[in-house]
Amino acid sequence: MTRSEGLTLFTAAAAFAALAALPFVTEGFYLTLAVNMALYIALCTAWTLFSGPTHLVSLATAAFFGIGTYSVAIGIEILPFPLLILCGGVAGALFAALVGAATLRVSGAYFVIFTLGLAELTRQVVAYLQTKVFGSMGLFVLTDHGEGDLFRYLLGLIAAIFLVGWLIGRARLGFAMRVIGNDEVVARHFGIEVARSKVILFMVSGAFIAMVGAIMAPRYAYIEPQSAFNPTMSFLVVIMALLGGTRRLWGPLVGVVPFTIVADFISANFPDHFNVIIGLAFLAVVYLLKDGVTGAIEQALGRRRRAASVTGEGRA
Amino acid sequence: MEILITGVLLGGTYALIALGLTLQYGVARIMNLANGETLVAACFGAWLLFTAAQISPLWGLLIIAPLGFVANGLIYAGLLRPLVRRAVTQGALEVDAILATFGLLFLFEGAMHLIFGGSFFNYQFLAVPFELLGESYALNRVVAFAAAAIISVLLAFFLYRTRFGTAIRAVAVDPDAARLVAIDVEFVALFAFALGGAITACGGALLSTFYTFEASMGGIFMIKALIIVIMGGVGDVRGAVLAALILGVIETLVASLVDPGLTLTATYGLFVTILLFRPQGLFGGAAG
Amino acid sequence: MSGPILEVASLSKAFGGLVAVNDVSFALAEGELLGLIGPNGSGKTTTMNLVSGALAPTAGEIRLDGAPISGLSPSVISRAGVARTFQLVRVLPGMTAVENVVAGAVFSRAGLWGVAAEATARRLLGRVGLEERAELPLSAMTYIDQKRVELARALAADPRVLLLDEWLAGLNPTELQTAIELLKEIHADGMTIIMVEHVMDAIRSLCDRCVVMNTGAKIAEGDTAAVLADPHVMAAYLGDE
Ligand SMILES: Nc1ncnc2c1ncn2[C@@H]1O[C@H](COP(=O)(O)OP(=O)(O)OP(=O)(O)O)[C@@H](O)[C@H]1O
Ligand SMILES: [Mg+2]
Repeated sequence: MTRSEGLTLFTAAAAFAALAALPFVTEGFYLTLAVNMALYIALCTAWTLFSGPTHLVSLATAAFFGIGTYSVAIGIEILPFPLLILCGGVAGALFAALVGAATLRVSGAYFVIFTLGLAELTRQVVAYLQTKVFGSMGLFVLTDHGEGDLFRYLLGLIAAIFLVGWLIGRARLGFAMRVIGNDEVVARHFGIEVARSKVILFMVSGAFIAMVGAIMAPRYAYIEPQSAFNPTMSFLVVIMALLGGTRRLWGPLVGVVPFTIVADFISANFPDHFNVIIGLAFLAVVYLLKDGVTGAIEQALGRRRRAASVTGEGRA
Repeated sequence: MEILITGVLLGGTYALIALGLTLQYGVARIMNLANGETLVAACFGAWLLFTAAQISPLWGLLIIAPLGFVANGLIYAGLLRPLVRRAVTQGALEVDAILATFGLLFLFEGAMHLIFGGSFFNYQFLAVPFELLGESYALNRVVAFAAAAIISVLLAFFLYRTRFGTAIRAVAVDPDAARLVAIDVEFVALFAFALGGAITACGGALLSTFYTFEASMGGIFMIKALIIVIMGGVGDVRGAVLAALILGVIETLVASLVDPGLTLTATYGLFVTILLFRPQGLFGGAAG
Repeated sequence: MSGPILEVASLSKAFGGLVAVNDVSFALAEGELLGLIGPNGSGKTTTMNLVSGALAPTAGEIRLDGAPISGLSPSVISRAGVARTFQLVRVLPGMTAVENVVAGAVFSRAGLWGVAAEATARRLLGRVGLEERAELPLSAMTYIDQKRVELARALAADPRVLLLDEWLAGLNPTELQTAIELLKEIHADGMTIIMVEHVMDAIRSLCDRCVVMNTGAKIAEGDTAAVLADPHVMAAYLGDE
């Protein structure tokens, strides 16, 4: 580990410790906002683990989230909550393995609409099974976990996501993904199992998203397909992650924090304008911030550095 | 038999909607996910013309189609062409286009929601029974099907029998080769995109005569159109028509024989299955 | 010596109606440097693609050390010990020269990682004359330097058979001389190489043996000087099609 890495780690640990203490000092509105923010930081970072390096835009977030939520809803009478979070993760990983193995056949635009269709299909199937086979609209998840507990669970999960992301970046898998991102043909010709690498990453990402869903289950109390598999969530995750930038592990964080605040303000004051705002955010990401805020900042810094070193470099 | 005919009648309108999308994706190479919004806007347009000015939706087509043409042309020229120009690879363009048209989808859906609210709309147009092979069907469905058939035939005639139509098909097959034979590819792409919008708008206007519509149904119709386009083979007019009829029949079958609650599930199931096993289309021919 | 290290037996590849490789057979002994020549469009690159696994053959078989590899995926073939360069250079533009070469060493037959991989990469960059530009991103490099990186990357894979597809194309006379010397050294170290080439001087000075293709078929094989003097070969090159 280098010195700067050590420093980053220390700062991050200190920040997490400070944040974990937050529920004791605040409550109500700000705590709810903080949970929302943590929720989307976890989702967007987990999403970026896969979609960042592969450039494959996945709209299956809602499906993984719902799988996690339902894992808790089904098991809450039998197993303790923390264990159910892990179960949700396993279920998410299994689902990702299945989907990943299948989607290798489709690419580019087809992947996007495939994941969208799949998430909707999952929701429809769950809704149908629940009403027709089990004869109820939803399932109860009654726990004594308050918003503060959820916030701490989410913080722990975010720490885990960052840690895993950082480890992957240093491991062969991360290096393989960089090669694949540069040129898939070269990757294949130098021994990289492109498909397998992508599926593994998709599983890691899916497992984390499902765990987020599991953690959030007590908040809903009554789990219905429409809320657990809410497709809007998939879109929000894409926008926020792209807004922040997916080149760095912490890129999405930069997008989530301002977006959640703005989104919260809008849904509280102009609920009817929400879709318009999402639409505008999508257009902004495509036309103004191609590599997200972090990408734009890095580019600006790079330009300055190049301007500064222009006298030093003299290579033809 | 009754199910079959009901399905085919429904499929006729689906065909128009999907023909619009297949023109846009096959020729202009933009998967326009906001295509469903053109459809919904046309529904509202036809409803407004009918309720406010007593203009029959059939005559309304003469107003709605040009509007759809111009609106989609403007969207292509203003928003999508810059993406085409800056794209380094086809893959990058596809992702850009998807994100941009998703943005448009949300934007237009939100806007229509603001204007018309979230309630359901319909109006009474030719809502009288019509005898066909011993069974009776709503006349508006039959008329919508006939109009859709006429428009499809006109479109096929234009694409396969005219010089400019041939140029459009040439661009769909191979833009680079088309450029070599002095076809203005950029203009053709713009025209095809606009024309696709006009066709989809016609589909929407016809749909509104027999279907209860609301501001936020664009997404699901976009999915239906996508299924049809992919099932029929991208850019393939005849394939799209056939696939539309198949989807219409399948939906009607599931709704009347299995469970109406499963119609949407069947639609998505079909969508996912087609993408998995026949992403090049049911009918084999690689047109795109 | 045992049997040939690479054997190509009745290999064919058709693209629709076009038969790009038509019933081609040849073998390669360990340590040999074989020239694969022929006019444009004769199927040389396609043959390389079949050996490296980029394409699956329509018929025929390829054996590496006696084990069939035809139709396997390029990644499996890479780990079995085949490495290549591409006719149209393929580098990893967003990565530095060292990283490009490390990419060759990690997942291939070499299987190196960390310090070992980086040391190998730097050594090989030195070998192709790029030690000073090791940290440069590939997008900032000239075409010729990119080709050098490609060779270093292929060598980093520690291949049993190295495939070079027109690696010498586009060099000026001085660069060509250096490059030929480099290939001679690599060959002298025992590397088994197939080189596809249009530069006849290079073929003459490097290859003991040549296979000549024309319109997908093998039309000659044997001692380089003899093959190049063959009237059939000359006719093919002069465009007698
Ligand atoms: N993927 C492909 N699909 C269709 N045809 C192909 C494909 N690859 C090559 N061909 C055709 O196969 C024939 C042989 O091509 P190949 O690239 O192997 O020739 P080559 O000997 O390497 O030529 P050159 O010296 O110009 O590099 C050519 O007619 C080419 O157009
Ligand atoms: Mg070649």
